[in-house]
Amino acid sequence: MKTVKSQFKFKGGVHPDYNKELARNQPIEKLATPAELVISMSQHLGAPAKCLVKVGDFVKRGQLIGEKNGFISVCVRASADGKVKAIEKRLGPAGGMADAVILDTTAKEEALAEGTETPTPSAPKGPILPPLDWKTATKEELLKRVEEAGICGMGGAGFPTNVKLSPPPGKRCEYLILNGAECEPYLTADYRVMLERAPRIRLGVEIMRKILGMPAVRIAIEANKPEAIKAMEEAFADIEGNVEIVVLPVLYPQGSEKHQIYATVKRIVPEPPALPIDVGCVVENVGTVAAISDAVELGEPLLERVTTVSGDAVATPKNILAPCGTKYSDLVAFCGGEKIPPAKIISGGTMMGFAVSTLDIGTTKTTSGLLLLSPSRVFQYSSQACINCGRCLRACPMNLNPAEISKAMEADDVKTAEDAHVMTCIECGACSFGCPAYRTITQFCRRAKASIRARMAAERAAAQAAAEKEKQKAEGAKAN
Amino acid sequence: MVIAIVCIAGIGLVAAIALALADKYLAVREDPRIGMLTSVLPGANCGGCGFAGCDAYARALVAGTAPNGACAAGGDECAAAIAKILGVAAEATEKRVALVKCCGTRSEAIRIGDYNGICDCATAAMTAGGDKGCKYGCLGYGACANVCPKGAISVADGLAKVDKRLCIGCGKCVKVCPKKLIELVPASATIHVLCNNPDKGPNVRKVCGVGCMGCHLCEKNSGGKEAGHFTFQGFLAKVNYSNPPTDAMIVAKCPAKCMIEDAHFESGH
Ligand code: SF4
Ligand code: SF4
Ligand code: SF4
Ligand code: SF4
Repeated sequence: MKTVKSQFKFKGGVHPDYNKELARNQPIEKLATPAELVISMSQHLGAPAKCLVKVGDFVKRGQLIGEKNGFISVCVRASADGKVKAIEKRLGPAGGMADAVILDTTAKEEALAEGTETPTPSAPKGPILPPLDWKTATKEELLKRVEEAGICGMGGAGFPTNVKLSPPPGKRCEYLILNGAECEPYLTADYRVMLERAPRIRLGVEIMRKILGMPAVRIAIEANKPEAIKAMEEAFADIEGNVEIVVLPVLYPQGSEKHQIYATVKRIVPEPPALPIDVGCVVENVGTVAAISDAVELGEPLLERVTTVSGDAVATPKNILAPCGTKYSDLVAFCGGEKIPPAKIISGGTMMGFAVSTLDIGTTKTTSGLLLLSPSRVFQYSSQACINCGRCLRACPMNLNPAEISKAMEADDVKTAEDAHVMTCIECGACSFGCPAYRTITQFCRRAKASIRARMAAERAAAQAAAEKEKQKAEGAKAN
Repeated sequence: MVIAIVCIAGIGLVAAIALALADKYLAVREDPRIGMLTSVLPGANCGGCGFAGCDAYARALVAGTAPNGACAAGGDECAAAIAKILGVAAEATEKRVALVKCCGTRSEAIRIGDYNGICDCATAAMTAGGDKGCKYGCLGYGACANVCPKGAISVADGLAKVDKRLCIGCGKCVKVCPKKLIELVPASATIHVLCNNPDKGPNVRKVCGVGCMGCHLCEKNSGGKEAGHFTFQGFLAKVNYSNPPTDAMIVAKCPAKCMIEDAHFESGH
């Protein structure tokens, strides 16, 4: 094992204020189960899970309440004991409405005392899933465990981890890259996990190496986190095989999958639909790796995660280990409430996070942060016409022409945006960050991508319907 | 000089004969009905029928791949004319017009944030579900007004409204609205519920002064459940447009004030 400095700097990128000192020295604190949990069926990328419970049901911590619904989907388990109070559409952090199970975690004891409902016999508290010995377990068993533990990428996108860990036939994983860059301003959740749960990360790496057929391992950490680098060096000191800690230059968006691959092994992922595995890489967030070791060794599914609650409008910024589905309001209350009324609330980091307008939202497996910013930190802009300064072109890490895309989308010209490769945009926000005309360039990109995706889906549906019709016709002809 | 004239005239003659022959032997015979159909269609090219325009619809009709009542803009008259040309029975159509099922203006429905991103409903909806407190209501950024080929939609006070006299029922606005709150309703119906929020009454009241609370009074006052003028989705009353209520009294008795009786939909409250 050795520590090396990354030699490959990607083009573009920006240097936002990191503001990490607010929460970086706050050890992870565990939040007691809140009275109400809002557990979304759509905590991951892909199809929402199929709800398995109904109103009035009692569920136990770890019980399966949402079934994986398709190949790109992840199951959902109850993050606490409780009674299902309601199942309804709730607003998610990204603005969409999704089915959510509302759990009343206080109702249980009372109902048991009354004896009106048939209580589930209180089983002795043991592991939720039978623990596995990773050394003797087969690859398939380990993969299955990752799947049934409901693990998805915890860095933000929420891609199903078992899918990521099963390279399609003909493709081999040569490099397993651990993403510990955490380049988003304010967020320190991954940093704290690296400091406090280093042995778990090491175990997770060994399990993943086994599943992926012993690829080389690269642990990518930005240079501004020396303590995390040290913690990883200690944890991995005696590991065998090709393992390197790669110290990355401080540059946003270093935590992006594609840029990390470039910075560590100098490979370039082609345009979508290509995935990192097409260049022999699997990138996984450090939190996810720790979750994998918990799922295998302790039989503990992914039920809670560390979320950074920070910003200058919150009384005491903290890194909180909270059950998935904890309402934002409970997180803020745990931090001593608001210091000053926030002018902006962001779910996630300041660069890629989503502004939200209410604290009545439940956390998900991908909620890495919640930021409350005071009026002094929030700039009220109004967009102006592009002055062709070219800053966004220099900032874009994907080599796009954000100015052109934004101008095209202003005129609703999706075709031009598509020709300008907007689908490769990673929505990092670097373009909007530096634009002197305060143009909402990233939002234009998001909008273009949304309409292109909608069109593709419609085309697929039409093609499917046409094929169906052809088939029927052929069958009809045969019958005649 | 003479030679030149003779040559040019000769070339002209040969070309004319060739063209005449080509017209006779190489002609692509178009079904004359296509032209006839195009002349009875409204020519609005609104795309409401599901085809690229009136001409494309006419061709689909002749090919037998489209129903003859698909032109909402032309209505019954048009369907009858089409049926006559094609020599088939007319399929009944009913003139339908768009209805924006929301009456939460800026003064009635609270806004819980300042949105200063792109002025477009779908994009605003992608940002925290929009700045309106009610997550089901009209955002008022006018995506529907922008696609309407007839200029029938106007946005005022954060709320879109359709002028029934101009609307041809093409359904483009229905497709574009991210909140899915525009519905095509029979033009003859006069009583409407202008709300799209199925939440419980108290939750609706928190975000909107004129939202439907699901109190069922409209149903009670119009002859009860058996009369079948209303259906309910959660705590939201919906007019049953195949059997719409006619008694204007129920409008005045709606405690939530989200019902209207209005010939043109534009006046609201
Ligand atoms: S948001 Fe997209 S266009 Fe803008 S800098 Fe990032 S990758 Fe480039
Ligand atoms: S940074 Fe802004 S003003 Fe400059 S070229 Fe890009 S869009 Fe135009
Ligand atoms: S209001 Fe809607 S249905 Fe009516 S003409 Fe305009 S877009 Fe078409
Ligand atoms: S009806 Fe829909 S599309 Fe029209 S302004 Fe309202 S939200 Fe936008």
